[in-house]
Amino acid sequence: MAWEVVIGLEIHAQLATKSKIFSGASTAYGADPNTQACAVDLALPGVLPVLNEGVVEMAAKFGLAIGATVASRSVFARKNYFYPDLPKGYQISQFELPIVGKGQLNIEFDGEEKTIGITRAHLEEDAGKSLHEDFQGSTGIDLNRAGTPLLEIVSEPDMRSSKEAVAYMKKIHSLVRYLDICDGNMQEGSFRCDANVSVRPVGQEEFGTRAELKNLNSFRFVERAINLEVERQIDVIESGGKVVQETRLYDADKNETRSMRSKEEANDYRYFPDPDLLPLIIEPEFLEQVKAKLPELPDEKKQRFMQEYGLSLYDAAVLTSNRELAGFFEETVKLSGSDAKLCVNWVMGDLSALLNKENLDITESKVSAPQFAAMLHRISDNTISGKIAKTVFEAMWAGEGDADKIIEQKGLKQVTDSGAIEKLIDDVIANNPKQLEQYRAGKEKLFGFFVGQVMKISKGKANPAQLNELLKNKLS
Amino acid sequence: MHNKTLVELSKALQKGEYSSVELTHHFLDRIKKYDVNINSFITVTDDEALTAAKAADQIIANGDAGLLTGIPLAHKDIFCTHGVKTSCGSKMLDNFIAPYNATVVEKCQAAGMVMLGKTNMDEFAMGSSNETSFYGPVKNPWDIETVPGGSSGGSAAAVAARLAPIATGTDTGGSIRQPAALCGITGLKPTYGRVSRYGMIAFASSLDQAGPMGRSAEDVAHLLNVMSGFDERDSTSLDVPSDDYTANLNDNLAGLKIGLPKEYFAEGLDANVGKALESAIKEFEQAGASLHEISLPNTHLAVPIYYIIAPAECSSNLSRFDGVRFGYRCENPTDLNDLYTRSRGEGFGAEVKRRIMIGAYALSAGYYDAYYLKAQQIRRLISQDFSEAFKQVDVILGPTSPTTAFKIGEKLDDPLTMYLSDIYTIAVNMAGLPAMSIPAGLVEQRPVGLQLIGNYLKEAQLLNVAHQYQQVTDWHKTVPQNFV
Repeated sequence: MAWEVVIGLEIHAQLATKSKIFSGASTAYGADPNTQACAVDLALPGVLPVLNEGVVEMAAKFGLAIGATVASRSVFARKNYFYPDLPKGYQISQFELPIVGKGQLNIEFDGEEKTIGITRAHLEEDAGKSLHEDFQGSTGIDLNRAGTPLLEIVSEPDMRSSKEAVAYMKKIHSLVRYLDICDGNMQEGSFRCDANVSVRPVGQEEFGTRAELKNLNSFRFVERAINLEVERQIDVIESGGKVVQETRLYDADKNETRSMRSKEEANDYRYFPDPDLLPLIIEPEFLEQVKAKLPELPDEKKQRFMQEYGLSLYDAAVLTSNRELAGFFEETVKLSGSDAKLCVNWVMGDLSALLNKENLDITESKVSAPQFAAMLHRISDNTISGKIAKTVFEAMWAGEGDADKIIEQKGLKQVTDSGAIEKLIDDVIANNPKQLEQYRAGKEKLFGFFVGQVMKISKGKANPAQLNELLKNKLS
Repeated sequence: MHNKTLVELSKALQKGEYSSVELTHHFLDRIKKYDVNINSFITVTDDEALTAAKAADQIIANGDAGLLTGIPLAHKDIFCTHGVKTSCGSKMLDNFIAPYNATVVEKCQAAGMVMLGKTNMDEFAMGSSNETSFYGPVKNPWDIETVPGGSSGGSAAAVAARLAPIATGTDTGGSIRQPAALCGITGLKPTYGRVSRYGMIAFASSLDQAGPMGRSAEDVAHLLNVMSGFDERDSTSLDVPSDDYTANLNDNLAGLKIGLPKEYFAEGLDANVGKALESAIKEFEQAGASLHEISLPNTHLAVPIYYIIAPAECSSNLSRFDGVRFGYRCENPTDLNDLYTRSRGEGFGAEVKRRIMIGAYALSAGYYDAYYLKAQQIRRLISQDFSEAFKQVDVILGPTSPTTAFKIGEKLDDPLTMYLSDIYTIAVNMAGLPAMSIPAGLVEQRPVGLQLIGNYLKEAQLLNVAHQYQQVTDWHKTVPQNFV
């Protein structure tokens, strides 16, 4: 039987505020355990939460960016359960009335666009961390993370493969960084997700029973965990069993998912509106201010890149997936005065390759956009060939200076003087009589041999177009 | 010294008739002498009090004193006090030394007041008789066989016995007014949000409100001046400037419209209490006020919905007492579940456990709509009753409690009867209105409390009405005979 996979994601994006969502304690990562937990985070008797205004603006930005309604009135609720790293015995979240309502996002997948629905996004506080390893026979609690602001972004079950899910997650990842509301650092847990996965026979309208995969903190794990889960569910059904609704944990070391708890064991969270916090009211004027501050969003930029620079959907999508990368590209095009196609090839080719190799972000590039543009300009004005440019670029990356200086010092300037090139050709022909004879006898592929020889003695500097032209004349 | 008003004490301090240290000693001595009989304090902070008194004397000497500088007071043990045990009347917090001050405590300190200690209370403010305290019941100074009311029973008894000139309390369903009534003192529950809840251990967050408990409306007005005000650390705090609550004390009552809710003078009200109120009402008439019968038709629903909303909120508020970070932890827990169940099972008393269970039930899936949501809807109806009434009258007058003080042990095993002692006070918390109780007579040497309910933020008017009554009566000056 053919199966269709149905996936919805719940993404937790940590909002990039300096202080926590309901207290003044710092949210900085990596401090010694419990040094960034104040009285409110420890849930001492008598303390009260006060909402950090910064999170409201960030959530509103996100809502506007996905075309959702930002609720004029949303309500914080208490989600009650006991756990040692949940100091109050409840998590403050939003339940019935979230700050961000229905919206949507386009993803690019297999060269096509697809729209994924977003059900809602709500504000909540993170819990602390339980440390089971370093404490023989007991558990350590670190409350530094307790009260860190999160935006939980819940998608519709609109994705049909693990790859699509990853594409969506990457798109949200890119969006929250564009909006400057989340640093996107997955290793530190600033961006993670749970996946709801089910399968159904192709053509069936009704959804299958879903399992929730918890706490997937890398794109690779999302893809792997979903694939494993899909296989497992199909196996269960095909061997006559039934998928049960449950929460499963992905174990990256063993590369397996295993059951955490079934629906029957699920907590009754006894949600109710938090009486310590008033309903959150957002005035239209506030939203207008937020709107005015929104940057150009990835999809707008992508469309513009395709129109303005004639880029393919793929190139435009890759370049705009990262705000800084897109900025680098545009600056390069403007400063170099070169063809956008040349720029995109260089940015996505040699530059990206070196960045990847050294595991650097575009913001850490060893060649700046103006330097890069100056080099591309020398390709456009025929000072150097594309091939020589690779040498120049590597030297620039190694810190040897600007393109012009390197071209000058290394004598890499292209030879465009026809007389000089002709002389080189004559030398080559004179030195290779045998090959000349064979060529003239019809072995035309030896043309390349002559080009190679001329390039060799010119040290690559002969202008390739001129060389081709002149060589053809000489050989005929 | 212990029968003087705050203004008299303040004048004496500033004139140098005695120092704050002497005044503080005087009250500490009285506590030592008398509190063995009534158990109104959980903690007495002699050393801290004398240090604070010395500092106050210095401020007075420098000529920088405010009206309450150097005046001793007692805080209900529900307010966090830095470096001092803050137990909330519970075994759960018997070992808890608060690492910070509640806003109310901070404000009293800033005014130069001297904390004598922390007063006894029903466990986590859950009770109407002060019998649920882990530290044993408080006894009513008027008759030590009877209860002082609750939950602020320690504060009420301490003020009535002249062990403190004034005290703080909190009121969730009547916990300032009912003990004030039963102990013959003056207590005010302000408008919800008028006094900061920061540092006040939560029972039911949407109902809890702190207020002053003293001997007279004038004293209470002075302390409210210090306690009230916006606090950015409490999101439910009202961002409205406070009034000077003493400014209108002497306004005359001519033309004042007083509403008498017929539901408050119906079956259930003790006949003698009713009689005492009748004579009080005559005083108001004589002062020029007019009387109007009004109706608060949803009064009978206040107690039932209170026992859904308050337990629901408390079931969540008290989850933090889990034996993990502070407070009581059971011995040798075998695993996490054991740690939770035994720490909470052993740390909480019966009434607290009863309310947590009621509340958790009312919030659980499948019952939420029928109980919690319905109760919130009825809560709005109760608020509407009052807003209708305040279209017709300026203040509402009635009994604070259906009876005078009852015997210790009399209602402890009958929670439903006990809950009815708050029948006239609870609706006020549901609506978030200000209200106060003032002494208005004695029945068999037990005080009767008269309740005045005002419109939102009309504390100054309530205090004016109470003060005027206290200008023509002496009930507030009557001292229980063993504590003269």
